[in-house]
Amino acid sequence: MKNVWIIARKELRTYFTAPIAYVVIIVFSVIIGFFFWSILMWFNNQSMQMAQNQYYYSQININQMVYQPLFNNMSLILLFMLPGLTMRLFSEEKKIGTEELLFTSPISVWQILFGKFVAALFVLLGMLGLTAILSVFAFLYGNPEVVPILIGYFGLFLIGAAFIAIGIFFSSLTKNQTIAAELTFGALLFFWVINWASNFAEGFWKDVLNYLSFFQHFNNMTLGILDTIDVIYYLSFVILGLFLTHWVIQSRWRR
Amino acid sequence: MIAIEHVTKRYGDLTAVRDLSFKVDKGKIWGLLGPNAAGKTTTMRILTGFLPATEGKSSIGNFDVFEQPNEAKKILGYLPEILPLYPDMTVTEYLNFVAAIKKVPAVKRREAVGKAVKITGLESVKGRLIENISRGFKQRVGIAQALVHDPLVLILDEPTIGLDPAQIIEIRSLIKSLRGEHTIILSTHILPEVTQTCDGVVIINEGRLMASGSLEDLTSSIQRKEGVIVNVRKDGPEAAAEIKKITGVDKVGVADGELKVEWNLGLDLRDDIVHLLVEKRFGLLEMRPMAMNIEDLYLKIISGGGDQ
Repeated sequence: MKNVWIIARKELRTYFTAPIAYVVIIVFSVIIGFFFWSILMWFNNQSMQMAQNQYYYSQININQMVYQPLFNNMSLILLFMLPGLTMRLFSEEKKIGTEELLFTSPISVWQILFGKFVAALFVLLGMLGLTAILSVFAFLYGNPEVVPILIGYFGLFLIGAAFIAIGIFFSSLTKNQTIAAELTFGALLFFWVINWASNFAEGFWKDVLNYLSFFQHFNNMTLGILDTIDVIYYLSFVILGLFLTHWVIQSRWRR
Repeated sequence: MIAIEHVTKRYGDLTAVRDLSFKVDKGKIWGLLGPNAAGKTTTMRILTGFLPATEGKSSIGNFDVFEQPNEAKKILGYLPEILPLYPDMTVTEYLNFVAAIKKVPAVKRREAVGKAVKITGLESVKGRLIENISRGFKQRVGIAQALVHDPLVLILDEPTIGLDPAQIIEIRSLIKSLRGEHTIILSTHILPEVTQTCDGVVIINEGRLMASGSLEDLTSSIQRKEGVIVNVRKDGPEAAAEIKKITGVDKVGVADGELKVEWNLGLDLRDDIVHLLVEKRFGLLEMRPMAMNIEDLYLKIISGGGDQ
């Protein structure tokens, strides 16, 4: 555990002095701030129109009309930004030769791997945490439900963790950071849209394709529905990503 | 303290190291000598556990580097050929990080880093980013990271490469000052590095062990023989055959029109050889003593003519 923290601290140091973390957190906040503002303006307009009709008035729901599209947008922006965060984690060690220091030290591959994963999770928390400030305005001027918002953020954290694990895996495959980022981005996008193919499949395969999609599982959480199967889905990506990375590092040694 | 037994390393069809065995006793400094691409770095990577051997095993202390990697790695300091430095850290930050992953307890880290900085002469740059310091200082940071946890065993891959002559002398004397407390193996393709700093040497070429032993042993084994190089104007092979008849002559070789005559230590056959050559009118042009030292041995080995 101590070793994991030593590695995590070193990665966080690089993230914040490089200063990758500040750029990622600020760009993310600005974009999400803009989304929040524009969705809120639209909601404002919409509410005024709906308020004129008794039935529609009862349908006004800030969680559904503001937070659901906001969470969907946030997850997509994470997909764009997280590959940039994970691309250097292993490829850089390989490129500058520091892997030789790490792998000849009394510290296990798992500890190195977890340390890097935890560091990226901290930056993810920073990205999500800063956007939470926006919700202050929603609570000041509106009356949203807290639990669905927390579930939405939990979902974002899970999906981000899955993206990071996949990104770390691709980072372990190459010395080149750009290649690592592009491969991650491609893979994430592919799993995002894989359910489109379900329109042309039937039975079992239709279910499989739907199950595999990042989007399908996240949709529930944006609505404040927490289902174990969705949590398991993201955790299995995390575990798969980390195991594959461990395997790549071990087999790279065995060459 | 450091041992490698029957190690072979293959990369696909290429065999980088073949059936290599040697060991270094506690407190000694040994050199791993060989031309470029002889398999030095591969051997060192196997010793440190960074690369697995295809066959054979290596151990540090009494720990097999693959069976008990953590125990072996705890007592190991390693300077790889490519310096494993993080350019965005300061020298002190970097050494602190290395000390931490090498299991130096948190309370002793400051002292350990301070000591490593002091013996490698890094005081003037310790607060600077590694990317901004000169090559010579980077090399010293590399040595400092190998030393920071005060390991029993040091493995240094080309410790003086890329340094200017004054720095080379400094680094060599630094390595010599570590003798006794540490068991050290260093690789180099420069012979004087071995003769000036090491107690023993392992010479490899094309992944094979060509010679190994302490410097005295190797030198005395070479000096069991004495010899001369003779140049004659005509009939080299015939002259060689005649010289061979002289009692006491051990071996006569013909190379590039020169005759290499060897005899056992203690004799002096120069008079006899000259007498013979003059009498038979071979046209003696030159006769010079054959230098028999490690340098010759090394040159002989790496030029491929090694029959040692």
